[in-house]
Amino acid sequence: MNGLMIIKIALRALARNKGRSLLTALGIIIGIAAVIAVVAVGQGASTNMKAQISSMGNNLLMIFPGSQNAGGFRGGSGTQQTLKVEDGEAILQECRFVTAMTPVIRTGVQCIFRENDWATQIQGVNTQYPKIRNWEIVSGDFFTEADIKSATRVCVLGKTVAAQLFQSEDPVGETIRIRNMPFRVIGVMAAKGTSAFGQDQDDTIIAPWTTVRRVLDKSKFNNVNQLLCSLTSMDNLTLARNDVSAILRQRHRIDGEDDDFTIMDMTEVTQMITQVSSLMTILLTVIASISLLVGGIGIMNIMLVAVTERTREIGLRLALGARRRDIMRQFLVESVVLSGVGGIIGIGLGVSAAYILGAVNHWPVVISPGSVLIALTFSAGVGIFFGFYPAWRAARLNPIESLRRE
Amino acid sequence: MLISLRQINKVYHMESVDVPALRNVSTDISAGEFVAIMGHSGSGKSTLLNLLGCLDMPDSGSYHLDGEQISGLDADALATIRNRKIGFVFQNFNLLPRTTAEENVELPLYYGLPMRSADRRARARKLLSRLGLEGRMKHHPGQLSGGQQQRVAIARALVNQPPLILADEPTGNLDSRSADDIMALFQELNREGITIVMVTHEPDIARFAKRVITMRDGEIT
Repeated sequence: MNGLMIIKIALRALARNKGRSLLTALGIIIGIAAVIAVVAVGQGASTNMKAQISSMGNNLLMIFPGSQNAGGFRGGSGTQQTLKVEDGEAILQECRFVTAMTPVIRTGVQCIFRENDWATQIQGVNTQYPKIRNWEIVSGDFFTEADIKSATRVCVLGKTVAAQLFQSEDPVGETIRIRNMPFRVIGVMAAKGTSAFGQDQDDTIIAPWTTVRRVLDKSKFNNVNQLLCSLTSMDNLTLARNDVSAILRQRHRIDGEDDDFTIMDMTEVTQMITQVSSLMTILLTVIASISLLVGGIGIMNIMLVAVTERTREIGLRLALGARRRDIMRQFLVESVVLSGVGGIIGIGLGVSAAYILGAVNHWPVVISPGSVLIALTFSAGVGIFFGFYPAWRAARLNPIESLRRE
Repeated sequence: MLISLRQINKVYHMESVDVPALRNVSTDISAGEFVAIMGHSGSGKSTLLNLLGCLDMPDSGSYHLDGEQISGLDADALATIRNRKIGFVFQNFNLLPRTTAEENVELPLYYGLPMRSADRRARARKLLSRLGLEGRMKHHPGQLSGGQQQRVAIARALVNQPPLILADEPTGNLDSRSADDIMALFQELNREGITIVMVTHEPDIARFAKRVITMRDGEIT
């Protein structure tokens, strides 16, 4: 008997009790569907988180000015005004792991175009900023070194600001008023979405840092809110952190005291996400195991019933020349087909459920071929494991007694 | 000699009591014979048929079928012998329910040598039409009369072209007309050279056979 024929015979035997077969497979169907759906949504969420983290920038290292210690009061990070643009330039020159650097000077502003006005944040940066943040310009251009040198009043708008001030019009070439000073819009950034910290990254205006410092803040100091550095690779993270720290300590003449700066990178956030997702995997595995166990017991139960019901058929087959392994195989294939079909239906249901859940809640959904394959393998495995005992009972029957059974 | 039994003994152990079913049974059946085994219930005739059908093993003695020593073979070898050399006909037909006549007839072919499904189907159909069931190939057992069901069962017994047919009360569930038809069919098959051994307790049926073996208390009288 060839394989296809055995499967055909098994399908036919199962089709004779359609309702019963379906109910038996339901345990497997629900278990597999639940796992597939939850894995799909979970993987979607984790992919989304990773995308958000990488949207922060390429191999990013962030340096903030330290907290202020005055009279026993400690301010938060960034309250001190110790970090300067020159520190950034020194880091770029002296640390071989840093490929690009931009200062970030932030300040809140009110901006107006015709009758529209919008309160947002302006970021003063240098020309390396789009590359470091991995952020494209969708229309117009970014500003140049010359703009920085002469503190030109030009700006690039984030998507949210562009939409608030211009609706669907093209802002490039228009002039907006920021703190009542005219600024020419020279470009619009691509949409970047929400950051890992939940902020709308597109609700911003980007301008040369010199313009923000000198023209808007009317300050002659070069202190910054943040320095952003791109590293050659995340593998050199520890070395780069040590280098940057050493450079800044030397420049700030710190010797044994507390640092007046803070260095941050994304590894902590990444680690947390990895932890959460591995915890979820363990939980899912437990749920899946329990539901497959329950489903498998259901299959074993119904296969034992089938063996009892078909004792005469087994006796007849033995009399007609079936060997014990033929009988064993017949019932084993039947239970594997039962659980396998259950698995396939479960995968179908799970995938649909994941897409429906994703569509309703606007969650991203990722169906990995790996999880589908594992689900299929496991459901077939359940069929073999829980079908073995009933099949063995069937194969062990005595042909004479079986034929006599009514 | 197609069948040769020598000093066959078989004892059933019922709880603490041993019930002897066959005592020193020796007999020969040549190819081409049509034998009826008669006896009351408990006379050992069913046990004898089970031994002849390689469904059971004797406790002692030797059994040769078609030149092969049967006693001492393992379960798989016995299955192969049943498949190739013996066709079974039962009192209650033992057809698979909700399965068509032609599929029922094909059943022994699945456990024999590999065969193309078209060949299997052709062989089953040929036998069924020979037994007068042309229009019943796709019918399920439930849609057939008792006589027709027994014909399907006989077609199934013949499909592997065995030299021996073993029939256990083949007319027990049939009305007398169908019973006579089936016996006529057995006689016809026997004329073509097939050896038939049939267990029955009805003298009317036994008279269709060429030879009658009567059993009492596990012995041939």
